Amino acid sequence: MRRIVVAVLCALSAGVAAAKDGNECIAGAGTVAPEFSLPHVASGIAKNKLDIAVIGSASSELTGPGGTNIAYPIWLEQTLRGLLPGVTVKVTTYTRARETASEMGAKLPRVIAETGPSLVIWQTGTADAIRGVDPEEFRVALDDGVDKLRAADADVVFVNMQYSPRTEAMLAVTAYADAMRFIALKREAVLFDRFTIMRRWNESGVFDLYGATRTTNVAERVHDCLGRLLAEVVVSGARLAPVVGKGTE
Amino acid sequence: MSLPKLGDRDLRLDLFRGLALWLIFLDHIPSNIVNWVTIRNYGFSDATEIFVFISGYTAAFVYGRAMREQGTVVAGARILKRAWQVYVAHIFLFAIYTAEISYVAHSFENPLYHEEMGIFDFLQQPDITLAQAMLLKFKPANMDVLPLYIVLLAGFPPLLWMLLRAPAAALGASALLYVLTQHFEWNIPAYPNGSWVFNPFAWQMLFVFGAWCALGGADRLSVVILSPVTAAVAIGFLAFSFFIVLTWYIPGLDALVPRWLEERMYPIDKTNLGLLRFFHFLSLAVLTVRLVPRDWPLLRSPWLYPAIVCGQHSLEVFCLGVFLSFAAHFAMVEINQGVAMQIVMSLLGIVIMVATAALISWYKAIEGRSPRSRPGPPGATLVGGGV
Repeated sequence: MRRIVVAVLCALSAGVAAAKDGNECIAGAGTVAPEFSLPHVASGIAKNKLDIAVIGSASSELTGPGGTNIAYPIWLEQTLRGLLPGVTVKVTTYTRARETASEMGAKLPRVIAETGPSLVIWQTGTADAIRGVDPEEFRVALDDGVDKLRAADADVVFVNMQYSPRTEAMLAVTAYADAMRFIALKREAVLFDRFTIMRRWNESGVFDLYGATRTTNVAERVHDCLGRLLAEVVVSGARLAPVVGKGTE
Repeated sequence: MSLPKLGDRDLRLDLFRGLALWLIFLDHIPSNIVNWVTIRNYGFSDATEIFVFISGYTAAFVYGRAMREQGTVVAGARILKRAWQVYVAHIFLFAIYTAEISYVAHSFENPLYHEEMGIFDFLQQPDITLAQAMLLKFKPANMDVLPLYIVLLAGFPPLLWMLLRAPAAALGASALLYVLTQHFEWNIPAYPNGSWVFNPFAWQMLFVFGAWCALGGADRLSVVILSPVTAAVAIGFLAFSFFIVLTWYIPGLDALVPRWLEERMYPIDKTNLGLLRFFHFLSLAVLTVRLVPRDWPLLRSPWLYPAIVCGQHSLEVFCLGVFLSFAAHFAMVEINQGVAMQIVMSLLGIVIMVATAALISWYKAIEGRSPRSRPGPPGATLVGGGV
């Protein structure tokens, strides 16, 4: 029953993307359509210049054999360049292991000053859960962050935790995931539900997230898919935005 | 095995504490489809409120009588002995948790989860972590309820003394502590940072309120509790909170909640027992008392025996539930994590809890320490009996 529902949702929402590259991880992700629009991304695209900053902790970094960066921001940038021909897309990453949401919030002004982004992709939550930060403090940090970003004419896409079945019983992420979803709804910000996507992948067998491995094969494919899905979300979010015409509203 | 008898003990307390223990167990299994039955998905409060309230009620019921009959010192000493037992149980659970997490840390490696592996960092510093755990400052996931309970019991002797002499003043003092805690943000620090997930200075109000009800407060309030107006208000509040919870999940509904209400309502604080959670629990309690009379025949039927017997041995069953939720997750990771497995693990866990509780009852019966065979204080199991 649940499978059928997921399958129908996939066919409806991600069907286009799946047909395009035939990649089952995109279809297996289920619906990722953004709930809210990304107006600043839309105006960036209109000006043929899209600057994106990724703020995150260790799960936004991944180094493959030979030390090359193979994390999702790279795939995001590549995919956006393909989807938006003629637009100069630049993705800058500000990742730091173990950094909490309020520490990330504190460096937002620097990020804004350095890159002047149209969009900030804000991955956070896991470090807060590991360090046992008060979920209320986490929630306030996200709320304040949205204020800062909106004041700087930047959209925000929140990225929640990874689905990590092995550590699920030991790391209580629910309170933080709930806080993030709550702020996203309240502030009409886009939430990229990485947790649910990865759980669907695991349930439907697209990726085996239980297996122990030293290689980066699975990790690289997961990041690749996440990056492309994020690109999809960014472009759809921009399409939802009302067209900004000159002189009119 | 004899069924629980209706004595001067209110079996409804055992029933609902048993149910709360099941819900806590289910909530502690991650990614479990059966979680959808638990009350936290339908309103502000969850099983923790039920557990703490009933624990306060039974503590006062058992030790209040002991304090009248045996004196303040003896009753106080028994309460502290119980606190010590809960402490030992907590450390035992911590040992199991550490064994599981050490196993996973040793056997699991995946570059994708480099960040999540951060939870194993504490294994690098056993000198600090173990000491912090014994001081109740380091509390792993899902192990926050027992430390709260230890603190509540440790502070209970003087409070009970006061409740027996001036119940209104004791309740007032408790409410005042609650208010001051909200205002000055008092809490107990935790390790490595932050503070206690269940703030004892706030949650004590529910515990004391339970104790106050047990010592005659419920009778004094019975006019209010049984009035149709109260019932209507409670139903209205439950409906309101269900609607608000829906707005957290369904985009668009949120627009129906006026901003002034949002500003006053949020955050709904679990750590400090936000008032909305408290009222939600009260609404549930008021309706429960109306719908389930004390002499309800079903309370003596075999159908409710499984929940009642769990509620009668709640410390043991609570600890077992925490262990079983680890074990269920472990089995799901190692064997299969499908929906069928989630349902099987949930049911199996409850069956094991019931069987263990029945076994404990049987032991108490053969050792002549049954709550029903022993003269004197009726044995409330979480708090008094079977020591």
